[in-house]
Amino acid sequence: MKVTIDGISIEVPEGTTILNAARQIGGDIVPPAMCYYSKLEGSGGKCRTCLVKVSKGSEKDPRPMPKLIASCRTGVMDGMEVQNITSPEVIEARKGIVEMLLINHPLDCPVCDQAGECHLQDLGYEHGLAKTRYEFDRRTFHKIDIGDKIQLHMTRCILCYRCVFTADQITDHRIHGILNRGDHSEISTYIKAAVDNDFSGNVIDVCPVGALTDKTFRFKNRVWFTKPVDAHRDCDHEKCNGKVTLWYKGEDVIRVTARKDVYGEVEEFICNTCRFDKKKTADWVIEGPRQISNHSVISSNHYETLHPLPVVKTNPLLVEANKEQFERTTRL
Amino acid sequence: MGRKLLLEHINVPGIETFDVYRSKGGYDAVAKALKMSTDDIVEEVKKSGLRGRGGAGFPTGMKWSFLAKPEGKARYLVCNADESEPGTFKDRYLMTYIPHLLIEGMIIGSYALGANVSYIYVRGEMMPQIRILEKAIAEAKAKGFLGKNILGSGYDLELYVQPGGGAYICGEETALIESLEGKRGNPRIKPPFPAIAGLWGCPTVVNNVESIAAIVPIIRDGGDEYAKIGIGRSTGTKLISASGNINKPGIYEIELGVSVEDFIYSDEYCGGIPNGKRLKAVVAGGSSVPILPANLILKTVNNQPRLMSYESLSDGGFATGTMMGSGGFIAFDEDQCIVRNTWNFTRFYHHESCGQCSPCREGTGWMEKVLHRLEYGHGKLSDMDLLVDVSKKIEGNTICPLGDAAAWPVASAIRHFRDEFEWHVTNGAEATSRNYGLAHYADPLPVLEPAPAAG
Amino acid sequence: MLRVEDTIQTPVEFSAALIAKFDDVVSRYPEGKQKAGLLPILHLVQAEFGWVSAPAMDKVAAYLNIQPVEVYEVATFYTMYLMKPQGKYFLEVCRTGPCCLNGAEDIMKYIEQKLGVKEGDVTPDGLFSWRGVECLAACGFAPVLQIGPEYTFYENLTPASVDKLVADLTAQAKN
Repeated sequence: MKVTIDGISIEVPEGTTILNAARQIGGDIVPPAMCYYSKLEGSGGKCRTCLVKVSKGSEKDPRPMPKLIASCRTGVMDGMEVQNITSPEVIEARKGIVEMLLINHPLDCPVCDQAGECHLQDLGYEHGLAKTRYEFDRRTFHKIDIGDKIQLHMTRCILCYRCVFTADQITDHRIHGILNRGDHSEISTYIKAAVDNDFSGNVIDVCPVGALTDKTFRFKNRVWFTKPVDAHRDCDHEKCNGKVTLWYKGEDVIRVTARKDVYGEVEEFICNTCRFDKKKTADWVIEGPRQISNHSVISSNHYETLHPLPVVKTNPLLVEANKEQFERTTRL
Repeated sequence: MGRKLLLEHINVPGIETFDVYRSKGGYDAVAKALKMSTDDIVEEVKKSGLRGRGGAGFPTGMKWSFLAKPEGKARYLVCNADESEPGTFKDRYLMTYIPHLLIEGMIIGSYALGANVSYIYVRGEMMPQIRILEKAIAEAKAKGFLGKNILGSGYDLELYVQPGGGAYICGEETALIESLEGKRGNPRIKPPFPAIAGLWGCPTVVNNVESIAAIVPIIRDGGDEYAKIGIGRSTGTKLISASGNINKPGIYEIELGVSVEDFIYSDEYCGGIPNGKRLKAVVAGGSSVPILPANLILKTVNNQPRLMSYESLSDGGFATGTMMGSGGFIAFDEDQCIVRNTWNFTRFYHHESCGQCSPCREGTGWMEKVLHRLEYGHGKLSDMDLLVDVSKKIEGNTICPLGDAAAWPVASAIRHFRDEFEWHVTNGAEATSRNYGLAHYADPLPVLEPAPAAG
Repeated sequence: MLRVEDTIQTPVEFSAALIAKFDDVVSRYPEGKQKAGLLPILHLVQAEFGWVSAPAMDKVAAYLNIQPVEVYEVATFYTMYLMKPQGKYFLEVCRTGPCCLNGAEDIMKYIEQKLGVKEGDVTPDGLFSWRGVECLAACGFAPVLQIGPEYTFYENLTPASVDKLVADLTAQAKN
C-alpha cells in the first residue's frame, strides 16, 4: 500500500499504522508518541501527541478525515495522504496537548532521574511554551515504593498505561493498575503490595517519564554523565536473552537497562536478575559502545577523542609525555 | 394535539403490566415482525428515517445495516439506558411507566439483527427501573415472548438487564461495551466499530432506549407511516425532557417540527416561565449542546421561527445554532447566572472525564478552575480567551465525544454571553451577590440586510 | 492518594445466599466471560455490607477468577461503589445544572445544617451521611436525592420534605 506522509511516499504492507509507516521513512516527519509502544498490544491512542491530519483518505475514497486522528492506532489505506509537520493544525493541536500534559507535571527535571532520556522533556522542548498559562495548584501524590527495586512517583505520571500493558503482557500477573477516574486517576496497587515478579523491572524501561524509576540507580548520577555500553550474558531465565545496555560511571556499572531503539522502545525485555543484580563488569561480555542519537543529551561529551594540538602532534617528545593523558580521555 | 406513538397509552392504569399492555395492542408488532424477513425489518427502519435518539442522531436503519454477519460468531443488541446527560430523563420515564414497550422493541431489534442474547445496560442509579424491567422481562418470558422458540417461530432470545456503576462516560457506546464486559468505562479507539467488533469482539449494535422503543410503532404501522410524521429529515416523534425554569417540567412526546416558542409557552407543553419572569437562555438538547440566548433560540438568525427538529435547531451552525442532542430541554429565566451554570456543567464534565486522553483529562479540570475563579469574582479579562483556547485544544482531539461535549458549552456560553462573563470580572464583588439579569439576551434580533446581488 | 492501609481491613464472609446471587449473575454471560458480572456483583456486595472493602474485593476477584487489581480498578472508576463505610442512610443529592436551577444548592446547605455533618462525614449515631453527586437524570423533578441500596428517589425536595424524610428514616432505624 502506498502512503504519503508530508509529501514523502512509501510502500508498506496492509495493516501498518500511519505512525509505523512514518517510522519507516524516519526523520523529522515521525510523529512523537508518548503512550504507544510497538511491543505492547493495545497500547496507544491515549496521549494524543501523535495526532496527524489525513488530507486524503485513500485512492478509493479521497475524502479527508474530518478530525485529526491518532496515527499510532490508524491503519494506512492505499493512496492515503497524511500531513504531520506540514499541517499548522497538527502543530497547533500538538502544542495544546503538550501544554495539557505539563499543567499538572511537577517539572522537577533538575532532580528527576529520567532527565536526559525523558520523552516528555523532549516533547516539551520541541512543542512547549516557555511560560505556563496554568495558575492553579498542581496535582500531587506521595512517592511510594512498589517493590523494593521500583519507586513510583505518581506526580510525574502522564497516564500512558504502558506499565499496565507491560504487567499484563510481559509478567505473569499484574498487581498494579489505574485507579480512580479522570484527573484523579493514578497508578497504584490500592492495598499495600509489592510488584514482585521476574520481569517487573521492565515497567521502568517503558515509562516515558520519571514516574517509575530504578531504586538501585536513584540519584546515583545524571544519565549524561554515564556511558552506555552494549553487553550480554548467558541468562538462565527462559524468557530473557540477557542482551542489555550497561551504564558506566568510571569503572562502575551503575545501571542496567534493556537496549532501547531510536524511538526509546526496548529491543527486548530483560529479567530482573540482569537488571538489578548483575552490576559488575565481570558479569558481562562487553560488545561495545551503545549508539545513542546525536540529538540526545546522553551522547554529548562522550567518546570524544582528544585531538592533540598541531604543535603537540609535530613534537614526538610532547606526544610521548602526554600519552597517558590522551589515553585516559579517550577511554570509555 | 400532536400524535403520540410511544406514550399513547401512558395514562392507562396498569400499563406497566403485561396483560394491560397486551390488551392495548402491545406485542402485536413482535408477532408481525417474526413473520417478516430480517432484511425487511431493517428496510422498514431505514424507510422510517428514524435517527438515533441518544444524542448523535445517526440513522438507526443505517447503523443496523452496517452490522457484520460473520459465520459462527454471536451478534448482540445492547440497549443503552445509561441515561445521564444533564437535562435528559426521558429513558427513566419510559422504563418506569411503560417497560414492555422497550422489551417489545428489544425483541424485534434482536430478531432483525440475529441476536440470541441481548442486554439492556441501565445506569446503576436506576435500581428501581432495573427491578421494573426484570419483572417485565419475567412476565414476557412467562407468556412466551422471550426464551426458546418465541411464538413458535423458532427464534430464541434471552434478554438481561445489566446495571452500570455510576459513570456518565458509559453512555458512549464503546465505553458502555467495556463496562458491560466488567471493565473500566474507557472508550475504545474506533475503528474497529462495534458493528464489526463490539461486545466480546462480536458484532454489536448499541441503541438508545427511545430508538428501540420507536421500532415498535415503525414495525406496527410501517416505516412509511412513521416517516409521514415530522418535518424533512426529522421524522417521527421525539421525547423531550423539559426542565429548568418552566411551569410544567416533565416528558413531552412531540411531533418533530413543533416551534420552540410553542413548546416553551403553550399549555400543551411547558406552559411558560414561572412567576411572570422572562426567558434568558435555553440549552436545547442536554448539557453538551451549545447554549443559546432567548432571542436566538426562538428565531434563527434569518428571523425564521426555530422549530424542534434536527435541522432547525442546528440552523446557523455553532455560530448561531445548537443541536437536538438527546432532547434535554433546559430553560433559564432572567434570574439565572450563565457563568455559574457554565461552571456547574464544566464541573460535571471534569468529574465524568474517564482520564484516558490527556486533553480531556487535564483540560476539563483546568476549565473548571478558571470558571470557578470567574464565578467567584477573582477572574481576569484574559480568562475568556483562555477558556476559548483551552476548549479548542480539547475539541476534536479526543477518542470519544466527551471532550467535545465539555468544550461546546464553554465555548458557546462565552460566544453568546461574553458581556456577562466580563461583568463578572469588572464587577467581581457585585457578581457574588447578584446576577447579571436578562440584559439584552431576549432583544429582537437585528434584521439582516440582504447581501448585494453578485456582479 | 488512595491507600486503605489505615481503613478497616476486617475479613468478610460471603453467605451461601449471596454466592447464589453471584451464580445467577454470572449465568447471564457466555462461557468464560464471567468478568462481565463484576459490576452487578459489586452492587450485591455493597447492598450486603454497606460499602466495598478491600477484603471483599479480593473475594470477588477469587470468585470471578480475575486479579484483585482488576476489581480495584473497576470499583474506583465508578462513583456508586463506596470505598469507605457511610451512614446507614447515605443521601446522594444531585448537584448538576438543572437541579441547581431549582435550588439544589440550598437543599444541600440545608441538609448539611440539618444533619450537622460535612459532605462525606457520618453523623455520630451512624445513621446519616450525605454527598453531592452528578446528574441523576431526574431533572424535571428537581431537586432530587437518592438513598441506596435500592436507590429510592425523593423528588421536588423542600426543607420541609427533607425534615420529614430525616424524621421518617430515624424512626425506621429505631424499629
